[in-house]
Amino acid sequence: MSARASDIDVAVAAAEPAEPGFLLRAARRVRSDPLGLLGLLLVLLVLFCAAFGPALAPYNPFKIRVSDRYLEPSVLQLFGAADKGQAVLSHVFGTDNLGRDVFSRVLTGTQIALGVGAGSIAIALVIGLVLGLVAGYGPRWIDNLLLLLFDSIYSFPTVMLGLTVMTLLGPSIGVLMLVVVVIQTPAYARLIRTATLSTKSSEYVLAIRSLGGSPGRILLVHILPNIIGPLFIIASMDIPSVIALEAGLTYLGLGIPPPTPSWGRILQEGFDSIRDAPWIVVAGGIPLILTTLGFTFLGEALRDLLDPKLRRIV
Amino acid sequence: MLIYTLQRIGLSLLICVTSMCLLFGAIHVIPGDMATIMLGARATPEMRERLNHEMGLDRPVPVQLAIFLSKAAQGDLGHDPVTNRSVRTVIAENLPYTLVLIAAALGWAALAGIPLGCYSAIRRNSWIDRLTGVLSVGTISIPSFVVAIYALLLFAIELDWFPVIGAGEQGDLKDQLWHLVLPSFAVGLGWVGYLARLVRASMLEVMGENHVRTARAFGLPEARIVLSYALRIAILPTVTLLALAIGGLFSSAVFAENIFSRPGIGKLIVDAADLHNYPVVQGAVLTTVGLFVLGMSLADLIVAWLDPRVRSSF
Repeated sequence: MSARASDIDVAVAAAEPAEPGFLLRAARRVRSDPLGLLGLLLVLLVLFCAAFGPALAPYNPFKIRVSDRYLEPSVLQLFGAADKGQAVLSHVFGTDNLGRDVFSRVLTGTQIALGVGAGSIAIALVIGLVLGLVAGYGPRWIDNLLLLLFDSIYSFPTVMLGLTVMTLLGPSIGVLMLVVVVIQTPAYARLIRTATLSTKSSEYVLAIRSLGGSPGRILLVHILPNIIGPLFIIASMDIPSVIALEAGLTYLGLGIPPPTPSWGRILQEGFDSIRDAPWIVVAGGIPLILTTLGFTFLGEALRDLLDPKLRRIV
Repeated sequence: MLIYTLQRIGLSLLICVTSMCLLFGAIHVIPGDMATIMLGARATPEMRERLNHEMGLDRPVPVQLAIFLSKAAQGDLGHDPVTNRSVRTVIAENLPYTLVLIAAALGWAALAGIPLGCYSAIRRNSWIDRLTGVLSVGTISIPSFVVAIYALLLFAIELDWFPVIGAGEQGDLKDQLWHLVLPSFAVGLGWVGYLARLVRASMLEVMGENHVRTARAFGLPEARIVLSYALRIAILPTVTLLALAIGGLFSSAVFAENIFSRPGIGKLIVDAADLHNYPVVQGAVLTTVGLFVLGMSLADLIVAWLDPRVRSSF
């Protein structure tokens, strides 16, 4: 799973052009863009939790201790809000309805959230890339057919599409990833198609064509490197919405099945006891907010830095 | 204009039919049969056979598809096996609640977002502009269901200002509006930032154009220039966005309705998904797809009507 989390590193690294002075420009940029820096720090924190969360968790996130249910968070003791006799100092975010440590569950959930998010975006990228190249470079009728398919998938509200597939196939991590891939692929394919179409008739492509270059070679060696940059930026900006979608579907009871500790699951279980133990939903929502904010701020900063033209598209 | 209108209507019909075929195909692609999914593993073969016959699942697939399409075209979405009523009646009961919720959310988002974006563009780099910029990125990225849960916890449970569940007494308008506040706040919050950003960007563009300069040269009051010359053009992209927003709004409404136990299409779908009541899920999803496609076509037509250049480029 941690291998998947590092996909983001790869995606971000691949989006960086290898021209000299990049680091210097980035350093200058950070000073003038405190939000981007905040985003970077948040993303680093999230990646750190994803990599080392299970090792750092103070308790076993699966361990049920009924005698310890609904212990108040020890964080509250700092503000003197908790009843002194009841609180146990070690449960930072308190315990849930089965006496499991909420902090450990939140920490472990990071890996699931990032793994599912980055993994399914990577799959969608590959499929979207292939379909986009085919639609952009292939014959007109394939283009029209694929466009109709993309538009039809796009016309399903995302959560509705997810609910339909989940109803048919039942909740599991694989199905959740399938839903995300189906939803994300048309966006990437469309982007690649448009870029391919506009590159197709440029002079250097015509030159290679007249030299007898095969379509495969033209696409992979000459067109692809020129159009792939924006795709990575847009994909990395999709991470927050994909993480929100997977948590949302899991919240509705249709995503990652129990007992896996995922943020949507923590929110769902916490919602059932929102009157007795409001700290569970608060603790379940905080990592979602931090992750989405972090990736969005970082994504915006990266986009402005690498490809200001994209501002108009996104 | 007439030709463009006909083309646009044809395209949306084609998209609707493709979406229906996709939904229909999904049932037949999945492993296992419909009757087992709906009745559960303990159903006897006779029960399964009867359900298959009632739903027409024992006929050849192309015949089923033809029947499904022609019935859907007549507005017949099938039969709900749980409540023993037609799916259309069930949807007609729930849809108004969702439409009211979406309209309220979009309404307050537009009332807050458009003036904010307009003001940010005129007073560029003022503290209001910067604050709006940061807050809009923040509110766009935070998942709406986390906003809904936090709003419920803070305003309904801790502070007890607003009701926790339901849509209010039938016929009591004040009560119903009271119940609408928190859900529409949660659904609309992200759109405030989105609209503000979009209006700001297009206002900045329009304010630099020649006709605005001419208006300035004639010494027109600034308020008149902004409101009747610039905003009128700058609002165009917003019209398109509002139509695209319908899909996202339906998705957010699913969460808001489930969190606040409000009747509506979203609650209907999730409850039906829990019971594996596929006909209702399918009918409700098709309804949202239809509304979404309708919204997009209307937006395209409105933009084409306002801006003749769009028509010729189709």
